[in-house]
Amino acid sequence: MKHLRQLEDQSVYILREAYKHFNNLAMLWSMGKDSTVLLWLARKAFFGHVPFPLLHVDTSYKIPEMIEYRDRLAREWGLDLIVGQNKEALAAGMNHTMGRVVCCTALKTNGLKQLLEHKGYTGVILGVRADEEGTRAKERYFSPRDKHGDWDFRDQPPELWDQYKTTFPPGTHIRIHPLLDWTEINIWEYIKLENIPFIDLYLDKGDGTRYRSLGCAPCTTPIKSTAKTVDDIIEELRHTTVAERSGRAQDEGRGMELLRKDGYM
Amino acid sequence: MTTPNTKPSENLNIVIVGHVDHGKSTLLGRLYADTNSLPDGKLEKVQAICRQQGKEFEYAFLFDAFLEEQEQGITIDTARTFFMWKGRQYIIIDAPGHKEFLKNMISGAARAEAALLLIDALEGVKEQSKKHGYLLSLLGVRQFAVVVNKMDLVGYRQDVFDGIEKEYREFLGQFKAVPTQFIPVSAKLGDNIAHRSEQMSWYSGPTVLDTLGAFSKEAARSEQPLRLPVQDVYKFDARRIITGRITAGRVKVGDHLVFSPSNKRANIRTVEAFNIEPQPTEGQAGQSIGVTLDEQIFVERGEIASHQDQLPQVSTAFRANLFWLGKRPLEKGRKYLLRVATKEVDCEVASIHRIIDTMDLAQQQGSHTVGKNQVAELTLRTKTPVAFDLSASFEATGRFVLVDEYDIAGGGIITELVHDDQEFLREEARRRDFAWVKGEVTVEDRAQQYGHRAAVILITGGRHTGKSFLARKLEGRLVADGRHAYLLDGENLRRGLDADLSEEERGHTAEMARRYGEVARLLTDTGLIVVSTTNPFGLAYQEAFEAIRTLVHPAPVIAVHMSKTDEELPPNTDVVLVGPADFDVATARILEELKRRGVLAQAIGAKPVFQYSI
Repeated sequence: MKHLRQLEDQSVYILREAYKHFNNLAMLWSMGKDSTVLLWLARKAFFGHVPFPLLHVDTSYKIPEMIEYRDRLAREWGLDLIVGQNKEALAAGMNHTMGRVVCCTALKTNGLKQLLEHKGYTGVILGVRADEEGTRAKERYFSPRDKHGDWDFRDQPPELWDQYKTTFPPGTHIRIHPLLDWTEINIWEYIKLENIPFIDLYLDKGDGTRYRSLGCAPCTTPIKSTAKTVDDIIEELRHTTVAERSGRAQDEGRGMELLRKDGYM
Repeated sequence: MTTPNTKPSENLNIVIVGHVDHGKSTLLGRLYADTNSLPDGKLEKVQAICRQQGKEFEYAFLFDAFLEEQEQGITIDTARTFFMWKGRQYIIIDAPGHKEFLKNMISGAARAEAALLLIDALEGVKEQSKKHGYLLSLLGVRQFAVVVNKMDLVGYRQDVFDGIEKEYREFLGQFKAVPTQFIPVSAKLGDNIAHRSEQMSWYSGPTVLDTLGAFSKEAARSEQPLRLPVQDVYKFDARRIITGRITAGRVKVGDHLVFSPSNKRANIRTVEAFNIEPQPTEGQAGQSIGVTLDEQIFVERGEIASHQDQLPQVSTAFRANLFWLGKRPLEKGRKYLLRVATKEVDCEVASIHRIIDTMDLAQQQGSHTVGKNQVAELTLRTKTPVAFDLSASFEATGRFVLVDEYDIAGGGIITELVHDDQEFLREEARRRDFAWVKGEVTVEDRAQQYGHRAAVILITGGRHTGKSFLARKLEGRLVADGRHAYLLDGENLRRGLDADLSEEERGHTAEMARRYGEVARLLTDTGLIVVSTTNPFGLAYQEAFEAIRTLVHPAPVIAVHMSKTDEELPPNTDVVLVGPADFDVATARILEELKRRGVLAQAIGAKPVFQYSI
């Protein structure tokens, strides 16, 4: 419990730094376990309030329960929810059969870029964690993105102690990662500790499968698991050696590296 | 192989540093494999790739998250990987040793709780070994062990190991760094990593994993005097919450807090939190907290809250050890943004005392620049007073970073307070403020009633530039707008308050300015906007100006400079009026500045603006 409070203190500090330094700030919310914990931490940091909009890039292929859950929490917690969609690409018939990286780039990366450009956000808060996959391990808490939203992971500014990069040239933006030090287990421990509402797709409802990571319906497959409670999930995670995102098709090959360099979340 | 670990909850951040090619990635690969922390099939997969490419398998390959990095053979940026061992998860911040990537090593080490420093037994202590050892110390990583790798290449000889230990201990001793352990290992063959080496029976100390297990979580600083740097002030609802992360000590409801450098004081009424039952009543070092106060005082980000008997230092100058990572060199006389805890202020490099060669700690004097990756001793001078501590006493409030243009370009630790010429006046102001007898009407009540905050507007400039005329015009305009403003002409003090001074004494700027400053302080306490010129101080106006600024602090002083031609400006000028005076334009610009500084009401925005404290 103490280690969770330490992680919480650090994330809250980062969120407050972000709010202080960025006038045009937004948070991405995918309704998954990580970004929902992030949203909860924002309520911690701002004493029950969420003083910036939450962005959801809707590919139209999300699992329906996720949309219901999104709208319910937005109502109950009084969230300023903004949904973006790459309508042009969808109108042109974009889907995963055109290639997973192609589809992710069009509907997620470009959908996000359009939304950011349209609203002129200079700070975007994301729930990525370093232990998820290789490229995310290289992020800073405050990572700059250039005018095209691209990420130059070779030449990142230093991040010293609790001092972050909060100034940036016009036209660029900063990605803020308050959950970088959290692990998948920490996320579930915290959900339990704080009793945070989550989508029950993460639980086995009797057929011996559950989702470990949530994304678009065609590209996300459930894992074999009999975890029916948060405690079951934590226990399962303590023993698994299967990667968290093994059910996410876009991670195959060099998919995530290519996607993330171009601004994928 | 050891028995499989279950994933624990506790984390420890470790950085592995050392000279390029001394075997960091190999050590990591070995730690992963020996603790059984690799995902299923990962080891086999990398082995297969090596076979395909006709290379001998190395543990180092496991750690190259990017294919590109494997091609280059070096890790590029600070990467984080994880392994489990005996009830703890280790987060390894992989910091590359290649010279041009020092920036990443520093970023990595700055967030580490402990470090392993690698030295190649065959090559011995190299430049990077020394630089990294010195930087770990500068960055505040006190908990570290030295791993002497590739012992297999020197025939596991004890004399080689002892020689390296002796040489390196002596080097570290020069800046009082003491490693917890020297460990002879072969990361490639697994000696003394998870298992004791059969080849080195002469070594009876712990293995690398045992050493990691003995590292403790960062020591709580809650027994130190309180330091709570103000991060922000929120007013989302009825509560006005001061937030910040406690960097040392503890607080509880009822505590009397002093905010430095404004000298504002109030008691903690509540500790606020979301979804914590029952509501907390205290906080300690490490926590990001929020408190409400029993009195409406305006404090701003950057101030440090402490208890009254253990105040932080306040000055406009300090001496520091700094490392520089900027793309362009740090230059004497140039301006940078200084960040100490949550305070951000413009500063200037007043002098560069010496460059420290981290190889032999030799010192080079007389330099006017500090190059990339160099370490220097220097004095920084800030535009306005800053609260800070010496790093020997307080870690978090004793260190700082410098921002050059958009990037953090250097960091350092504060070694010494430099006395400035405002020291005595600042002390006078502090004593006076602490003893100030207050009425029932608070500063905030007055601000609400008047619709503006107090300030001092000082107009400087050469003769016949129209200073007095502008001052009169400005007073008139403010009053016409319904503000409470007053023209305080220094002449009016001479015949009355200063009547006890001799003609000679009246020529002493210091005392005249002190008296003027105390009168201005009284007027700002009544909530007035004081308008004045520095005419009475003649050529010594700059000295007088600084004294007045110190004494009326934290009410803002807005410096307006008038001149007929382009000339060198006095430091800290806020509004510059050049050329033939257009007094309407001048007045409008000053009003704009008053709005910008939060003296006059801003347009109501979504975000509360607390520009300065009163």
